[in-house]
Amino acid sequence: MSAPLFGLLLAGGRSTRMQRDKAGIEYDGQPQLARAMALLAPLVVRAFVSVRAEQRGDPQRSAYECIVDALPESGPIGGIHAALHAHPGAAWLVLACDLPFLDAATLQQLIAARDPARIATAFRSSHDGKPEPLCAIWEPASAAAVEAWLATGQRCPRGLLAQADVALLTLRAPQALDNINTGPEYAAARARLEGAAPPAPARRLRVQYFALLREQAGRSEEAVSSRARNARELYAELRAARGLKLEPAQLRVAVNEEFADWERPLADGDTVVFLPPVAGG
Amino acid sequence: MNRFRFSNAALDTAALRTELADPACGGYAAFEGWVRDHNEGQRVLRLEYEAFAPLALREGERIIAEATDRFGIRGALCVHRLGALALGEVAVWVGAAAAHRDEAFRACRYVIDEVKHRLPIWKKEHYAGGDSGWANCERCAAAGGADDGHHEHGHAHAPRR
Repeated sequence: MSAPLFGLLLAGGRSTRMQRDKAGIEYDGQPQLARAMALLAPLVVRAFVSVRAEQRGDPQRSAYECIVDALPESGPIGGIHAALHAHPGAAWLVLACDLPFLDAATLQQLIAARDPARIATAFRSSHDGKPEPLCAIWEPASAAAVEAWLATGQRCPRGLLAQADVALLTLRAPQALDNINTGPEYAAARARLEGAAPPAPARRLRVQYFALLREQAGRSEEAVSSRARNARELYAELRAARGLKLEPAQLRVAVNEEFADWERPLADGDTVVFLPPVAGG
Repeated sequence: MNRFRFSNAALDTAALRTELADPACGGYAAFEGWVRDHNEGQRVLRLEYEAFAPLALREGERIIAEATDRFGIRGALCVHRLGALALGEVAVWVGAAAAHRDEAFRACRYVIDEVKHRLPIWKKEHYAGGDSGWANCERCAAAGGADDGHHEHGHAHAPRR
């Protein structure tokens, strides 16, 4: 008889690339952690959130049963290790917190194909064919393999499953396990899930003013956050905001200290200068 | 040393000339642009120049390189003043040295023409009576951008080929 299936949502990451807590980012108005727990809980006997010690007081996480990492700074495998030791008789459906496209059908496919005779059941990555350790079922027998893996100084759970006796499945929905690590990936994922076109992100630009434009703008430079796609749109915005009186036809544009076209796409961090009619000599 | 430069102080044209000294050169031509006491019917008392220096330095260097290529001169140099200038001061200086006089004259003329058209440099004129205005801008602005054909437009232009 197979071990009872518990659920473990990994929410102890530092989200360094995202620069905000991934557990709290929202899709359709629901934080990712709550979304994932709502998927997981109905499919398992008990569902837990894996946390680092300092996250125990976090209200979002403490709304659920938590398992605290025993090994600091060991990443996801530390969370899996803690769960296997907290409840040695259970198998664990382990989930990462940053899988916005994960759905119940994918989890049901995994559970239906579970092979308790192996140390784990996992999907093959749609990207590299290797086992996906963070949407996988880890059997009680995997505890010894995890111990051995950690004892050799290794931390990567994917590496562990790649060399272990694992049942491997093919994803029915190839995108189901795409994860989200950066702000732009998050924006694209939200757009996909919420059916909206991704908005042009605001760019941080520096604008310098010279001569007549400097006098009209009342400043020699400013930092601007703008969704303008090019210099033409930026000038239209600034013209309205600053009361600039020169027509675009009278001006030339420089971006990052070189002449540029009005239509050239602007990038974050660009310095833009609108050049009034020149009068050297 | 850069072949196009800015200066905040009065130009020492004799010293600039010696920078071009070259025993292989038989011809040297120089141009000085001076601060004039009138412009477009107004009495001018003094001027102020300002520039978008990083771009102007780069573009100025390109102009000198173009003149060198086109006319086969051995050396050229241009210095433009910035800040406040009094009547009679040298606002811009160009020197060109070549084996023969023709290349020197032509290169000198090319450099000053291109500098006036292409470099992001602006001139504010202060008039008798207290008014002031940016040369090539104010009438442009009043005309709503239409080129009325009666004054020299000072838009920065792409290099003429």
